[in-house]
Amino acid sequence: MTDVTKAFGATRALKGVSFEVAPGEVHTLIGENGAGKSTLMKVLSGAYQADSGQMEIDGRPFQPRGPLDARDSGIAMIYQELNLAPDLSVEENILLGEEPRKWGLIQRSVRRSMAEQALEQLDHVGVGLKTLVYQLSIAEQQLVEIARALIRQPRVLIMDEPTSSLTQVDVDRLFRVIERLKAQGVSIVYISHFLEECQRICDRFTVLRDGASVGTGDMKSTPLDDIIHMMVGREMKEIYPDLDHTPGEPVLELESLAGRKKPRSVSLTLRKGEIFGVAGLVGAGRTETLRACFGLDQVQGGVVRVAGKEHTHGSPRDRLRQGVGLLSENRKEEGLLLNQSIANNLTITRFDPFVRLGLLSQGKQLEVARDWIDKLGVRAAGPQQAIGELSGGNQQKVAIGRLLHHDAAVLLFDEPTRGIDVGSKAHIYRLVGELAAQGKAILFVSSYLPELLGVCDTIGVMCRGVMQEVRPKSEWSEHEILSVAVGQEE
Amino acid sequence: MVESNESSPRRRSLWRWLNTLGPLFGLVLVTGLFALSEELRPIFFTGSNAKLILTQTVIVAIGALGMTMVIVSGGIDLSAGSVVALTSVVAASLLVKSVPPALVFLLTVASGALIGFINGSVISLLRMMPFIVTLGMMGIARGSAKWLGNNQTVNPEENALNRIMEPVNPLELFPLPMGVWIAVGLAVAMTVVMRCTVFGRYIFAIGSNEDTARLCGIPVQRQKVLIYTLAGMFFGIAGLMQYSRLTQGDPTVAIGLELEIIAAVVIGGASLNGGSGSILGTIIGALIMAVLKSGSSQMNWPTYMQEIIIGIVIILAVALDRLRQSRLKA
Repeated sequence: MTDVTKAFGATRALKGVSFEVAPGEVHTLIGENGAGKSTLMKVLSGAYQADSGQMEIDGRPFQPRGPLDARDSGIAMIYQELNLAPDLSVEENILLGEEPRKWGLIQRSVRRSMAEQALEQLDHVGVGLKTLVYQLSIAEQQLVEIARALIRQPRVLIMDEPTSSLTQVDVDRLFRVIERLKAQGVSIVYISHFLEECQRICDRFTVLRDGASVGTGDMKSTPLDDIIHMMVGREMKEIYPDLDHTPGEPVLELESLAGRKKPRSVSLTLRKGEIFGVAGLVGAGRTETLRACFGLDQVQGGVVRVAGKEHTHGSPRDRLRQGVGLLSENRKEEGLLLNQSIANNLTITRFDPFVRLGLLSQGKQLEVARDWIDKLGVRAAGPQQAIGELSGGNQQKVAIGRLLHHDAAVLLFDEPTRGIDVGSKAHIYRLVGELAAQGKAILFVSSYLPELLGVCDTIGVMCRGVMQEVRPKSEWSEHEILSVAVGQEE
Repeated sequence: MVESNESSPRRRSLWRWLNTLGPLFGLVLVTGLFALSEELRPIFFTGSNAKLILTQTVIVAIGALGMTMVIVSGGIDLSAGSVVALTSVVAASLLVKSVPPALVFLLTVASGALIGFINGSVISLLRMMPFIVTLGMMGIARGSAKWLGNNQTVNPEENALNRIMEPVNPLELFPLPMGVWIAVGLAVAMTVVMRCTVFGRYIFAIGSNEDTARLCGIPVQRQKVLIYTLAGMFFGIAGLMQYSRLTQGDPTVAIGLELEIIAAVVIGGASLNGGSGSILGTIIGALIMAVLKSGSSQMNWPTYMQEIIIGIVIILAVALDRLRQSRLKA
């Protein structure tokens, strides 16, 4: 595509983007959130029409009038949030909307073989065709989605953050799939925040910044620092902060904590001013540990001690009173009240500073909210803006701000940097460091090892619902963490 | 950048205003349409007609106050109509036994609250859908009303409660019946509750996203019991008004009233998905329906026409709301 532009009213979301993808090439689009990646993808997939510029596929002009048109021209898109019908089977999902028909009836046997073929192409015959999709893991669901895209024999496959909710092992599997597709001559446009990953799988890259393409090059031979430099337009030497903080007395202790299914046994001690990282594969029970600990899921066994006192069972309400706060991994579905204002989202757990004689003073609430917006550097029109209108990174800042307004002493962070751009990530790492320096205790769950190793003081690794090993950060390497996480004990 | 920061909140608050004004505009429009008729104009815009419309709105409006709370919290209460009938029979039966009117007032409201409490408790303890639970309660309350009234109307002697809805001087706008003032007072109180109390903000939070509400330490289940109990109280008060209007307890009255109440709330701009709605909107919604009814009966349109018109208005109101919402998002 050459010089594509797109404007929404006065906002020019795309100000001239050009890039090209060769057959069988994996091309990554890199850029911070708000750089224009999503808009670009929507233009490519036909959801938006470009205002100017040209696009070509195999040398023929390409001007999709809608998503269907783009699909017919050989563009397939895998969104970050999967689009499957959870109550239908794998087979039905793969051929949804493309059912082979005869006399108006679905030809089940043809459908089965087509679905089988698509999965075979991905080297994953293992997924049962009759299985209902909601029973599959996220990684398997993604495979189904890819298989569905392949039914159309696309020329270009666009993948938006395909690894954001996958574990290392699943990522490796996905990469093998990508290699296969590549070998079959499918071009892949790969969007990801994980630069290390792009380096492994991608051939070339194009960097977007503020709606324009600012650089392109060969992925393997370009140092990451240079790419980051292009993305942010400034040096980013220290993503991870190095703030002085010394762990003090224990504030949260778990002893063989067990929930309904997961976790099975988790013991750990979180100290004041400590950042405790929890590593593990998806399904290891990290999120469930936080949820049980916070009272969202039932505790079936073990002991939870908060500030030295035994409080094993408690509702989220009790936990918040005890000064424990949780940042949900699922910002949109659980973490935030999307249609409510920033001010309400920030202050909902602690309204009492604004309440006098039972009445809530909105003026004071807005004032406090404005304060937090400034302190956290949230980019928003004002405290009354609905939070659903903000970008992911800014939403996350508000979600963290809520815990800070609550003044929780123990912070349970579940994947705090998921789906947000590098700039916001750095902001959040710095914030986490500052909080620890102020004496807050932070339990930091993440699937992204470099950030755990960069931010935490202590790291515990979970495998199959059990906390396997806890060591100071300096005694871990990425390789060791992984081998414990996959259950390879030496 | 600075400019857009300055103007966009203003534009947004303008839209928010339009959101509240939308139903009001609808009310003006509906009234204006009836004013087009030459023959209707002289009777329609008189104090006595306004009094009639206001009096007729009271029952739906009071019920709708409770329903707004329920709908904003993401729930629904289908038992409203039956509870109004039941509580009207409860009031009449107590009066027949010559219980003092003040005590009757309290007991009637309490019986409404009790039913709401049962609704709320079943919904939150058994994690059942409000639709199903209150659908069941709709039958239970209606049956109980008939049982209590022996399948007949209950007619007490002349008493103080009969005068709540009595139009003292039918030809003049004032004095308005006490019921109208009670409705106004309750509406003001509910506006404060919904907007300026923690309880009210929690209702919006729960309707907006129950999981998030729980995560934020809101006692969601307890709050729901309270919401349905309070709603039941409002239905009880509406039941009293119903009694006062007929001066008898009628177990077969107010059939389908719950749908009228829900329609008033929805026309007033609340979303059945929860998380949005306002008391002012609801009251205007109730007035729109009352004006429509009164106007079309004075135009001598058959009742089936009224039903069709109100049906169209409901769909139109929600369609317009959709449009506004999508505009807000963009």
